Amino acid sequence: MLLKGKVWKFGNDIDTDLIIPARYLNTSDPAELAKHCMEDADKTWAGKVQKGDIITAGKNFGCGSSREHAPVAIKAAGVSCVIAKDFARIFYRNSFNIGLPIFESEEASAKIAQEDVVEIDADKGVIRNITKNETYKVKPIPPFMQELVEAGGLIAYGKTKYKIK
Amino acid sequence: MSMNIAEKILAAKSGKKHVEPGELVIADIDLVLANDITAPIAIKEFRASGATKVWDRTKVALVPDHFTPNKDIKSAEQAKLLRDFAHEQKLTHYYDQGEVGIEHALLPEQGVVVPGDLVIGADSHTCTYGALGAFATGVGSTDAAFGMMTGKAWFKVPETIKFVYKGKLNKWVSSKDLILYTIGDIGVDGALYKVMEFTGPVIDKLSMDARLTMSNMAIEAGGKAGLINPDETTLEYVKGRAEHKWKVFTSDKDAKYEKVIEYDCSKIEPIVSCPSLPENTKPVSKLGKIAVDQSVIGSCTNGRMEDLRIAAKILKGKKVNSRVRCLIFPGTKEIYLQALKEGLIELFVKSGAIFSMPTCGPCLGGHMGILAKGEVAVSTTNRNFVGRMGSTESSVYLASPAVAAASAILGRIGTPEDLKK
Repeated sequence: MLLKGKVWKFGNDIDTDLIIPARYLNTSDPAELAKHCMEDADKTWAGKVQKGDIITAGKNFGCGSSREHAPVAIKAAGVSCVIAKDFARIFYRNSFNIGLPIFESEEASAKIAQEDVVEIDADKGVIRNITKNETYKVKPIPPFMQELVEAGGLIAYGKTKYKIK
Repeated sequence: MSMNIAEKILAAKSGKKHVEPGELVIADIDLVLANDITAPIAIKEFRASGATKVWDRTKVALVPDHFTPNKDIKSAEQAKLLRDFAHEQKLTHYYDQGEVGIEHALLPEQGVVVPGDLVIGADSHTCTYGALGAFATGVGSTDAAFGMMTGKAWFKVPETIKFVYKGKLNKWVSSKDLILYTIGDIGVDGALYKVMEFTGPVIDKLSMDARLTMSNMAIEAGGKAGLINPDETTLEYVKGRAEHKWKVFTSDKDAKYEKVIEYDCSKIEPIVSCPSLPENTKPVSKLGKIAVDQSVIGSCTNGRMEDLRIAAKILKGKKVNSRVRCLIFPGTKEIYLQALKEGLIELFVKSGAIFSMPTCGPCLGGHMGILAKGEVAVSTTNRNFVGRMGSTESSVYLASPAVAAASAILGRIGTPEDLKK
């Protein structure tokens, strides 16, 4: 998997209320959620983000609520992947479950700047900063998560392993 | 081989004698729950998978507590989705009409969760049940759907941080102050991916209500679970209400921990978390004058009987400041009824407070008490993120019921001691 896009840089501890405020959780329609993505961090962001763009952030991205609407909104906004120093636990699981690629890289999180263009080779675990001509290493995905991705997500994995009524 | 309580539960539920941190297990769950925000996606995933029946209709709990009573048409549609699904699947733990309560107050109270259980919930505060000695953790809707289909969940066995609370509690210092102090100390990612195990003589003396408050906020430090070893207090609580058999797991004396952190509680004062992260804690005494527009007493953190009694003790014979909206919302119907019996509702209403039905409403800026631009709330809830209770230009200070009640009277953030001045 090769992903390339322009970066929107956010800070530390970006919580799920910033990603998608609770007042919009009376729907689970991805397109509707996307319209309000990041609204409380940057009111105009949802109107500016382009398909394929990349979010980078500091530590503990996606902390707070368990709402799967958060990665759903980011994905539906057209964002191709999120790079952070690390992710809050539930957001991490949810992203894998809904198919939003996420990458942990302390180096990339620190060095990538707003509007840099970066390219991620997910198979090799390398992030290339085209603007700055630098490369950063991605923390490898645990083998079980890799298995989930290969199965086509958690639900597809469950269907192959267990008898469903 | 010694294990701590988290490891013991995960080992037992995955059919293993022993597990180590870092190990991946697929375990049998005792309960999966979801609410009116998270269940719609879970139901959609469930249906899309081709599944037609949940794995066990007695082990799926649906609690429409967030935007109910339905705040608008969209919320009503979501609540209806749950209702239709619950009836179709003949779920035994669906709560509607006057039966609904705030999920994490309701399920322990009704004995749906008992010690030794393994619970996943599509709500981050599912960690509340750790207070009962159950391993309970928040997940997303897809994980919940997987649980509904298979009765299973996958876990990476987490490392555990042991917290030891020693010393004598100061006046008006509650378990809410202890957990805010802890989050202030280790930070909002201080326990990321890890279990917080709360121990020590101070925890031993806490009531069940107070323990549930502590475990509730483990997620605010990034924690996967917030566990307390079951003891006499726990068993006294579950006797008579347990819906199924419980099993007591406790940490071995020589269990391994990632680290051990000790606190001398005699040094802890009533505390608040300042905007806009729960880790921004400050003793009330060092806060300066912070005028408040709203005081919220309730939620899955502090909407239990003990919390209402403390608020009542402070509000008795006093008036809520004319510039403050004081909203009190009980966790469940049982708590509502008990408050009615004890005369607390009359006391609250006479003091000028607003007494509501159980709902998550204001805590997440849903409904029933939204903040305008520039407004300030003191709240016994669990999050003070930007825009959490309304406008992105409003702010929330997290506090104990005693501080929230005193602040409602004072019109500024203060403790009950400040009322004497």
